[in-house]
Amino acid sequence: MERVVIIGAGQGGFQAAASLRQEGFDGEILMIGDEQGRPYQRPPLSKAYLKGGTVQALSLRPDSFFETHKIELRMGCWVRAIDRANARVEIDGEQIAYDHLIIATGARNLRPQIAGLEHSVGLRTLHEASAIKAFLVNGVRVGVIGGGFIGLEFAAVARELGHSVTVAEAAPRLMARAVSEPMSARFAEKHRQLGTEIILGDGVAEIDAGGFTLASGRYVDTDLALLAVGVVPNVELAKLAGLQVDNGIVVDEMLVTSDPAISALGDCAAFPDPVTGRSIRLESVQAATDHARLIAKRIAKGADAPYRAVPWFWSDQADWKLQIAGLAGPTDTAEELADGTVLRFCGSRITAVETINNAKVHMTARKGMASGVPLTRQKFDVTPAEVLV
Amino acid sequence: MVSITFIQPDGAAQTVQATVGDSVMQTALNNNIEGIFAECGGAMMCATCHCYIDDEWAEKTGDKSDGEDDMLDCAETEVTDASRLTCQIKVTDALDGMVVRLPSELA
Ligand SMILES: Cc1cc2nc3c(=O)[nH]c(=O)nc-3n(C[C@H](O)[C@H](O)[C@H](O)COP(=O)(O)OP(=O)(O)OC[C@H]3O[C@@H](n4cnc5c(N)ncnc54)[C@H](O)[C@@H]3O)c2cc1C
Ligand code: FES
Repeated sequence: MERVVIIGAGQGGFQAAASLRQEGFDGEILMIGDEQGRPYQRPPLSKAYLKGGTVQALSLRPDSFFETHKIELRMGCWVRAIDRANARVEIDGEQIAYDHLIIATGARNLRPQIAGLEHSVGLRTLHEASAIKAFLVNGVRVGVIGGGFIGLEFAAVARELGHSVTVAEAAPRLMARAVSEPMSARFAEKHRQLGTEIILGDGVAEIDAGGFTLASGRYVDTDLALLAVGVVPNVELAKLAGLQVDNGIVVDEMLVTSDPAISALGDCAAFPDPVTGRSIRLESVQAATDHARLIAKRIAKGADAPYRAVPWFWSDQADWKLQIAGLAGPTDTAEELADGTVLRFCGSRITAVETINNAKVHMTARKGMASGVPLTRQKFDVTPAEVLV
Repeated sequence: MVSITFIQPDGAAQTVQATVGDSVMQTALNNNIEGIFAECGGAMMCATCHCYIDDEWAEKTGDKSDGEDDMLDCAETEVTDASRLTCQIKVTDALDGMVVRLPSELA
C-alpha cells in the first residue's frame, strides 16, 4: 500500500494517521481537512476552553509530530468529490490519488427549520467556540436551545461564569436520546440547583434578535442563543460517490464501506453494533479513536479482527462527571441502584451502565463488557458499607 | 521553566522544559514523547497517558485524583505502585528535575 488519504482532520482522522504510523505503515499519509490550524479535539470546546482554556491545549499534537511522523497535512482544504473509478479525490481543481481512502468527515450542527436561525450560534468548531467565548463577558442572558450533552455542558459553564441561563428542550426530559429517565431527572434537578432555568416539553418555534419564542407562546429574552439540537453526519461526499449511505456511511464489521478501497469512521460512519448487529452511529471520542485504530491495523498489518470495542462516553456538567459504559437502545428499561448507578436492560441483558462521579463502577462495567461474558445484575450489588459512604 | 525527563522502556531519555500549570501529559504531547497517547484529552477516561513516577517524586506530584486508580486498573500497560495518569499531574516548580518512566507496550 503506497498512499493512504484521509478526508477530515478531526479526532478520528488524526487518530487514523497516528495509528497507521504506530502500526508501522511506511507509505505516504495525506490528511485533508477544511478547518484552519492544527487538528484539535472538540470535547473541551463546551468545557475547559470556555473557562479560560487555551487553543494550544486543544491541539491533538504539535506541528513537529506531523513532521516527525511524515504525515502530510492539507488544512483549509475542502474535498469536493471522490472519483472511485480512478481512485482519486478532488480538491480545488487538483486530483489526489489514493490506494486506500479513509472518510473521517464527522458531523455538522443540525439546523432545523426554525424561523430566525441566523440569530443563533452553534458550538461544533473552534471558530464557533472562540466567538462564543469572546461574547461571554459581563453577565449576559444565555438561551440554550436543546437539552442534550453539549447544550447542558455549555449551560453549566455559562452559569459558572456568572451568566443567567435558560435551557429549552422540546422533549419531556433532558438528554433523552442517550440516558435513562432517572439520570435525566437528576441532571434537571442539578442544573436547577445551579440556578439554570430548565424548560421541558416546550421546543423553540422562532428565534429573533432579542430571544426566542417557545411552542407554548412563551418568550425567552436572550443576548446569546445557542442552537444545540444535535448533529447530522457529513455523508454527502460518500453519497455522491455512490457509496451506501443510511443514517451514516455504511460500513461492515471491518469498517469498510461498500467500496473495499474506502473505510469510514467516527461521527459519519454507520457500523454494525457488535452486540446486536443493528446499524448504529455514535458521536464520541471513543468510537472515533477505536474505529481509527482498527482501520490502521487492517491497513498496516492486514489485521482482520472485526470491530468489537465497548462504547463509552462522558459528559462534564459542573462538578458532575456522567459516565456511560455500553449502549442502551431507546426502549431499554432502567433500574436505579442504591449508590446511584443506573443499569439499563434489554430483557435481562445489561446494555449500559450510567454513573455520576463513580469511576469504580464505570470501569467495572467497561471491563466486564470487554471480557465478552455478559454482565450480571449481581456484579453491581452494592454492599451496605458502600452505600453509607 | 521546569525540567522533566522522560525515560523510554529501552532507556532512551529525553529532558524537556515544562510550563507550570500544564499537565505532565500535555508536556509530553508538546514534546512528542513516544508512548503517551492521551486519547481522551485528559478527561481520565482512557488511561493512555499512563506512566511510572519514582518514589522520590511521588510525594511532590500530589495525591491521585478520585477514580484514578480505577482508571489505571484498565490500563493496557503494566500497572505498578508507581503508576500514575500523567493527565492528572500538574507541573509545579517542585517537579523540577522529575523523572517519568514510560511503560512498555503489552504485546
Ligand atoms: C462541543 C463538543 C463537545 C463534545 N464533548 C464530547 C465528550 O465530552 N465526550 C465525547 O466522547 N465526545 C464529545 N464530543 C464528540 C466528539 O468530539 C466527536 O464524536 C468527535 O470529534 C468525532 O470525530 P470525527 O473524526 O468523526 O469528526 P470530527 O472531529 O468532527 O472531524 C471531522 C473533520 O472533517 C472535516 N470535513 C468534513 N467534510 C470535509 C471535506 N469534504 N473536506 C475536508 N474536510 C472535511 C470537518 O470540518 C472536521 O474538521 C463533543 C463534540 C462537541 C462538538
Ligand atoms: S489522557 Fe485519558 S486518562 Fe489521561
